[in-house]
Amino acid sequence: MARQLGDSHRRFLQSMMSISVMDEQEARALYQHCCDVHKAQCAPDKLDDFIDTINAKLQPMFMQIRKGMSEDNGFQYYVLVNMAETDVTRMSSDYADNELELFRKTIDLIVSSENGKVCSTDVLNIADTLTTKKLKKSEAEQVLNRLVQDKWINEKRGEFSLSTRCIIEMEPYIRRMYEDQVKVCHICHNIALQCQICDSPTCGIKIHNPCVARYFKGRVEPHCPSCDQFWPHEIPEFRRPRSQSRR
Amino acid sequence: MTQRKRLSNSQTPSQSKRRSDSLEEDDGDMPFTQPSSSQVQRGMEKFTNSQVDQKVAEVLQYILVKDQKKIPVRRADLVRNILKDYRNVYPEIIRRVVQTLDQVFGFKLVEIDTKNHLYILINKLELSEATAPLNAPSNPKMGLLFVILSVIFMKRGVVKESLIWNTLKKLRVDPGEKHALFGDVKKLVTDEFVRQRYLEFVRVPHTEPIEYEFRWGQRAEVEVSKAKILEFMGQVSD
Repeated sequence: MARQLGDSHRRFLQSMMSISVMDEQEARALYQHCCDVHKAQCAPDKLDDFIDTINAKLQPMFMQIRKGMSEDNGFQYYVLVNMAETDVTRMSSDYADNELELFRKTIDLIVSSENGKVCSTDVLNIADTLTTKKLKKSEAEQVLNRLVQDKWINEKRGEFSLSTRCIIEMEPYIRRMYEDQVKVCHICHNIALQCQICDSPTCGIKIHNPCVARYFKGRVEPHCPSCDQFWPHEIPEFRRPRSQSRR
Repeated sequence: MTQRKRLSNSQTPSQSKRRSDSLEEDDGDMPFTQPSSSQVQRGMEKFTNSQVDQKVAEVLQYILVKDQKKIPVRRADLVRNILKDYRNVYPEIIRRVVQTLDQVFGFKLVEIDTKNHLYILINKLELSEATAPLNAPSNPKMGLLFVILSVIFMKRGVVKESLIWNTLKKLRVDPGEKHALFGDVKKLVTDEFVRQRYLEFVRVPHTEPIEYEFRWGQRAEVEVSKAKILEFMGQVSD
């Protein structure tokens, strides 16, 4: 794959840098636009090849455009990742040390939770246990708002979960920090924070909600793929976006 | 017009001789002097290829992050905070960074302040209509900036602040009130745009009460083509 970069690739990369995360539809539209502007060839199913070409050049710089699935809607998202940073220190230009410590502790709570969520009061309560420099509850709330704005965490009804961008970027960090603790999806083998868990106490495998939807689609009686026990949870249905590729 | 110097190591050996920088560093660090090519040679032998690669990646990240926020990169900071022990191979590292910025990202590293050695990235790719909406959050600000740049342009490069405020008021952007989209308009124009080097906001000497005037900033000089301004003005006056 020794294809040379053209301006269409560069324009795509620049856009990725300013937006930091985009879903597959946005990525396709951007790809189309970049090729149009620079009158380059554009085959709709060649988006991943296009990105591979860029990635080949980014690799020596320890950067990659990575793809991952959202635990919320099952869509694929693209994120530009700095691979040289293996910690939350990648955010150190935007957040103070104690703010990063709060974020780390928030990740702690989310990873150890069963449903991949943490309520805001739990986070605010740890604000004054920080070892770097304590935060007042109001300050901690500000930090959480900024984290949401910067697309690191999502907020829904007072509960926080890690955003898709965060999971993709922090994957090496999470796997390393929470090696034994972190849940992994039995179907796609990626980190699973929001997921369904097999009821059988000797089994206990985890499956992402979108992965459940895909795996059990059309089956009358769902059974655990590992222990064969009846899968007791509601099988969700996810709308597939137009022309989403299977990869 | 400010001198724009391209940062590169394409000078001949006799030109890249050590020259003492008049750079004032306030923490007592030794001012950074450009190493000679033989020093660079010796320096490169000290480090492994992968160590140098890592450093190149770090410098690149540093510059990209700073530029995302439109903060100029100060060479002294780069050397002190990122390069550290690698100062002697600075020219080689920068050469590779400049090459990557150009070939992979489509950016050009430009020195906008030759005395203090400040650098910004300018886009080699023309700003296109459709990519702008994707950056929607910053787009309205750019529109406002264009209006201001146009006014200054029409007045041959210098404009009293009162004219800018009056123009904005006519567009229902009142610096005295909190704007739904821009918030604190005065802060955006006199602080954010100035910090980003899009505008200059300087005091007019010997005025009582104190008056200020606006000029194009160094980044505007380099990033915004006069042709684009004329085009913009043409669209607005139709």
